[in-house]
Amino acid sequence: MSDVATPPAAAPSPPRPAPSAGERAARQAQVVAALQAVLPAHALLWHSEDTTPYECDGLTAYRERPLVVALPETDAQVAAVLKVCHRLQVPVVARGAGTGLSGGAMPNAMGVTLGLAKFNHILKLDKYSRTAVVQCGVRNLAISEAAAPLGLYYAPDPSSQIACTIGGNVAENSGGVHCLKYGLTLHNVLGVRGYTVEGEAVEFGGDALDVPGLDLMTVLVGSEGMLAVVTEVTVKLTPKPQIARCIMASFDDVRRAGDAVANIIAAGIIPAGLEMMDKPMTAAVEDYVHAGYDLTAEAILLCESDGTPEEVEEEIGRMMDVLAGSGATRMEVSGNEAQRMKFWSGRKNAFPASGRISPDYMCMDSTIPRKRLADILLAIAEMEQKYQLRCCNVFHAGDGNLHPLILFDAADPDQLHRCELFGADILETSVAMGGTVTGEHGVGVEKLSSMCVQFSPEEREQMMALKYAFDPAGLLNPGKVIPTLHRCAEYGKMHVKKGLLPFPQLERF
Amino acid sequence: MAEIDLAQNASLRQLIGVVREAAANKTALRISGGGTKDFLGGPLQGDVLDTRQLSGISSYEPTELVITARGGTPLADVEEVLAAKGQCLAFEPPRFEDGERGASTVGGMVAAGLAGPARVSQGAVRDFVLGATLLNGRAEVLSFGGQVMKNVAGYDISRLLAGSMGVLGVICEVSLKVLPVAPATLTLRFDMDQPSALRRLNEWAGQPLPLNASAWWEGTLVLRLRGAQAAVSSAAQKLGGEVIPNELANAFWNGLRDQRDEFFTNAQAALAQGATLWRFSVAATAPKLALNGAQQLIEWGGAQRWVVSDAKPEQMHAAAAEARGHASVFRGRQHGSEAFAPLSAPLLRIHRQTLQAFDPAGVFNPQRLHPALS
Repeated sequence: MSDVATPPAAAPSPPRPAPSAGERAARQAQVVAALQAVLPAHALLWHSEDTTPYECDGLTAYRERPLVVALPETDAQVAAVLKVCHRLQVPVVARGAGTGLSGGAMPNAMGVTLGLAKFNHILKLDKYSRTAVVQCGVRNLAISEAAAPLGLYYAPDPSSQIACTIGGNVAENSGGVHCLKYGLTLHNVLGVRGYTVEGEAVEFGGDALDVPGLDLMTVLVGSEGMLAVVTEVTVKLTPKPQIARCIMASFDDVRRAGDAVANIIAAGIIPAGLEMMDKPMTAAVEDYVHAGYDLTAEAILLCESDGTPEEVEEEIGRMMDVLAGSGATRMEVSGNEAQRMKFWSGRKNAFPASGRISPDYMCMDSTIPRKRLADILLAIAEMEQKYQLRCCNVFHAGDGNLHPLILFDAADPDQLHRCELFGADILETSVAMGGTVTGEHGVGVEKLSSMCVQFSPEEREQMMALKYAFDPAGLLNPGKVIPTLHRCAEYGKMHVKKGLLPFPQLERF
Repeated sequence: MAEIDLAQNASLRQLIGVVREAAANKTALRISGGGTKDFLGGPLQGDVLDTRQLSGISSYEPTELVITARGGTPLADVEEVLAAKGQCLAFEPPRFEDGERGASTVGGMVAAGLAGPARVSQGAVRDFVLGATLLNGRAEVLSFGGQVMKNVAGYDISRLLAGSMGVLGVICEVSLKVLPVAPATLTLRFDMDQPSALRRLNEWAGQPLPLNASAWWEGTLVLRLRGAQAAVSSAAQKLGGEVIPNELANAFWNGLRDQRDEFFTNAQAALAQGATLWRFSVAATAPKLALNGAQQLIEWGGAQRWVVSDAKPEQMHAAAAEARGHASVFRGRQHGSEAFAPLSAPLLRIHRQTLQAFDPAGVFNPQRLHPALS
């Protein structure tokens, strides 16, 4: 295997000092000059007033100004930009709509932000094959809207679906409120086309259900732009269920609500959606959308069934029996589509509703085994006291995926600091319960330190080695997802080995 | 999570020693459970590393929809435990019992990545892998993924193991998503030629019907509906066809899943005469393959086509490319590059570097995944 590139040695080394203003300016001039040869003038931004809008994504607490923003309009331009960056060894950060919540698209101070928003065309929509071929900048919801006349839709529905792009969904392996039944992005994408870091065209997956060799799509999806740049995605479209109905159930105790979730699964039911909101969250969203939520409930479950009318009636009946048996204090079933959308309106607006009751909020995204839902809620309640900050909770309960929204004021450095500690505490508690630090928002920059707790140094090194297999020079979105040994050493918390086979007695070699 | 008993631990310790020594000497290891899929993939090379010593179900929680088992656990054991709780592996992996050392194991199931008739509606092995513990070529024991449904912490290396044919390392343990057995199943039979069957399958798949599996062979299309009782009944009324009694239907689907039904039995006989069983994975909508006289069985709504033929490999690869997919020898005498679809230049480079990243000394199952990778 002598023709194989050797990954750079990943020894613990302190981060390089930031370049001086002069060094940065010289580098910027060099990169701009090289990119001007391959892009039209309007597709290249480098003055600070033009690049400032790109300095963060949905995680606004972390900002960095990119060296240059490139806004290619054609595949040839994407390839050319990548070739230039590869030749000059400039980092490249791909970016879609910038709705990400973990700083995955946060710019690199010495890098090019590759804005792909202009790749917003649906190239093909085919009822017979139930597929859509779309450019990476097409919005998630736009696919379902375009497919609606065919009786089809694109199943993953992250709450940001009105704005987020399919390219970003691929980067994050986005989920949504229906993924227990319909799967994540990975399960709904057949193939992607794009470019390697060298600017060479590459295709993963395709029109068949599998590929020769390794199924590299499994790691490409969710790789946060660190393995390749995706410009085109072939998605699977799903026949629209004839109807969907939703039960809204109140509980006077979070533990009973958590148990109800497990009981539904134990009854052999896979609901189309199964979501939970706690009391503070319900109050915040009710004030925002006026959906008639039960403000006295300690927890509210939204439990959806979809399919044929007969099937839905059968399943709604079974679910109501389980919910009643689990101690629901009030239940309401949507009688029509308008009412169902109203039930969901609060859940889908949990983030903006939190934005109204607090200057800032930080959204966590850990996943835990379903049976620990009540435990984590009670633990978070204790943390509110400890860090003296409020927290509202929405959960994709069916998946065990939590979205605690910690409310704080970023103008107060002490609150920001307490918020970060609070967030890290939630993530690490989740790992200790057998879960993971991120279910669907990605690691980005936000959860780098928590990755030290979830993975051993050898596991992180293996991930890094995989990154170098795609990107030997480490130019694609460097510094995201996988923390350096140095960072973990500074963070100082021990790797918590939970979940899979711990082999605790084994020494590590 | 079950306790890790010391005997188990000693087994892993021993495997670590074997891998370390092989890596130091750059000698090949042939990872094997029951050895039931020795026929599959590139040539067998190296000393057998027997995974069956890593056996047992580590944890199973029906309400979490997750089972965790050691790599060498017999697949039958897992299915038995699930069935007792009304759950199943929805992707229907084939169960082979005629291996050199016994029956199919969980690790082999993941490494081979084969899925049965329900794959088209339920997903593939990789879609059900939630986490795995891997012994890599540096003799490190690494865990990726977990036991939860949603997890985007780092690259999803556990799913990459599905279909990897062992080239990334030894699958010591794996966590799989399981699903409840659906309340109702019904099988319908239609007389139909191949072009009509392909057209109907694709049209039906665009409608909200509880289609679970399909098979077409010699003018007969068989369709399995699965889901809520009400959904299955109304779909059966809508689709028509002849209802096959459940007992007979189950025997058929199990035979297809485990590749011992009539088509595969005939294929074995043809193989003895020098023919080859090819697996085509193509666009479901691709028309009838341009292969004259070859026996064909079509599954997965048109996306998987089995072909028994003695035609030249070039002809098979050309037909697959035309159908927007790929073909490979499933059973036959060819094990060299002619048996596999080629990888594009960038994919070949990424593959080589990925193997290097997991197994720098090239110890595990050399050439088994693809002969171009050595």
